[in-house]
Amino acid sequence: MNWLSKMFSSSIGQKFIMSITGLFLISFLVVHCFLNALIFLNDGGRVFNMGAKFMSTNPVIRIVEIVLFAGLLLHIIRAFILMNLNNKSRPIKYAVTNGKANSKWYSRSMGLLGTLLLLFLIIHLRHFWVPTKIALFSGNEHNSFEELKEIFSNPIFVAIYELGVISLFYHLMHGFQSAFQTLGLNHSKYTPFIQTCGKLYSFIIPFIFALMPLAIFMGFIK
Amino acid sequence: MSGNMNITLKVWRQKNSNAKGELAEYKVGDVSPDMSFLEMFDVLNERLVSENNEPIAFDHDCREGICGMCSMFINGRPHGPKEGITTCQLHMRSFKDGDTIVVEPWRAQAFPVIKDLIVDRTAFDRIIAAGGYISVNTGNAQDANNIAISKDNADEAFAAAACIGCGACVAACKNASAMLFVSAKVSQLALLPQGQPEKQTRVLSMVAQMDAEGFGACTNTGACEAECPKGISLKNIARMNREYLGAQLCSEKM
Ligand code: HEM
Ligand code: SF4
Ligand code: FES
Repeated sequence: MNWLSKMFSSSIGQKFIMSITGLFLISFLVVHCFLNALIFLNDGGRVFNMGAKFMSTNPVIRIVEIVLFAGLLLHIIRAFILMNLNNKSRPIKYAVTNGKANSKWYSRSMGLLGTLLLLFLIIHLRHFWVPTKIALFSGNEHNSFEELKEIFSNPIFVAIYELGVISLFYHLMHGFQSAFQTLGLNHSKYTPFIQTCGKLYSFIIPFIFALMPLAIFMGFIK
Repeated sequence: MSGNMNITLKVWRQKNSNAKGELAEYKVGDVSPDMSFLEMFDVLNERLVSENNEPIAFDHDCREGICGMCSMFINGRPHGPKEGITTCQLHMRSFKDGDTIVVEPWRAQAFPVIKDLIVDRTAFDRIIAAGGYISVNTGNAQDANNIAISKDNADEAFAAAACIGCGACVAACKNASAMLFVSAKVSQLALLPQGQPEKQTRVLSMVAQMDAEGFGACTNTGACEAECPKGISLKNIARMNREYLGAQLCSEKM
């Protein structure tokens, strides 16, 4: 297995891991977004809670959840290893740089945007995932919808979630198409299509997420 | 050649690879807009010599945009404000009278400063030596066009082969990554029949050497492509990623 460890410790292999885990997180976000969008049915959380219950009790989803956390951890750990490697590659910085002349700021700020996402994720998991787990293990009834309404009655939390969503938008504006380039998928026929998909995805998914705390805070969701 | 521009230069001065350098300020008067950037340095250096001061050391050779020696990081960009050219092809008409211009050496762990603006780019040579060649038998040269090559492949290989090894891609990259350079060198051979026998070992060895030299990884920001004087495309990086991952997964090398 010497070749495997060589591959995954090479610069290209490390980016391969970022790309695969990133694309996996992208596919997760689609499911996550549409299940949460059930609150827009505005039925007092009936269907939303059914979805939440299914996701927290179904055995197949349990396994998917473990894979998801493993993927997320791998993405985060690799991200910090790469950030360190990339930082060490230029020990003495330039006095003057003109980055905007040759690249987008968010493509140069993936580490910063990712770190903001990580901070957001910690708060987010603490808000929803931890209480669900506690309820599950102690056998108590748990109403995710009521919890949602309570948390988003606090404007500070609404602001934190909107910031998280903006970080996600920019992370994906670069990350989506970058993941395909990392895998070696760059072709005159398909790359323009991938780039358009990336922009649409980066806008639509975070936009729907962004509406949720706002809609609840403004009292549209009862 | 003299003119009417007055320029303030802030140039990186460093005695040797161990010394601590700093930006030093120079006023250069009577600059002609038709001078190349390097000629303006020549004028300044002649003055420094006549004043018994150490001239500014900078790399240059062909002064016609083909050798890749003239590495200068000018106002935050490799080879200055214009696209698709090297420093020797940059002229003072691209600046305004009274401008302050900051000139630094390429900055990368793998490109240590030798003196002032001169950096050691032999890391690139070692990457080429690791696999950027084809092994051929000696003897009479084969007839030209003996091996049929499709026009598309020939064009793409030729475009990749335009890389002059200047290192602007490394200098521009926020990670000081050499992916554009290495991918151009991998591609120019991977696209041609002569490159096929050593295709897998080549990409494995060259990437291993690239990593060992201390270049960063690729974040796909595209800064390299935008700053490359020879228009080397990011497609080459994708090709190298494919070649590398494919070679790791499929070659018999353990
Ligand atoms: C739901 C959350 C996330 C998604 C969907 C996501 C997605 C992606 C994608 C698709 C890429 C591009 C991979 C490539 O260029 O091959 C990427 C890159 C990156 N991600 Fe994330 N990511 C997420 C969370 C995070 C977190 C929490 C961090 C924490 C530090 C992070 C740090 C990074 C970094 C640093 C890169 C750039 C790596 C490089 O190109 O050098 N990401 N992400
Ligand atoms: S790829 Fe372009 S910028 Fe990089 S060394 Fe070659 S010619 Fe210079
Ligand atoms: S001196 Fe040869 S390219 Fe500029």
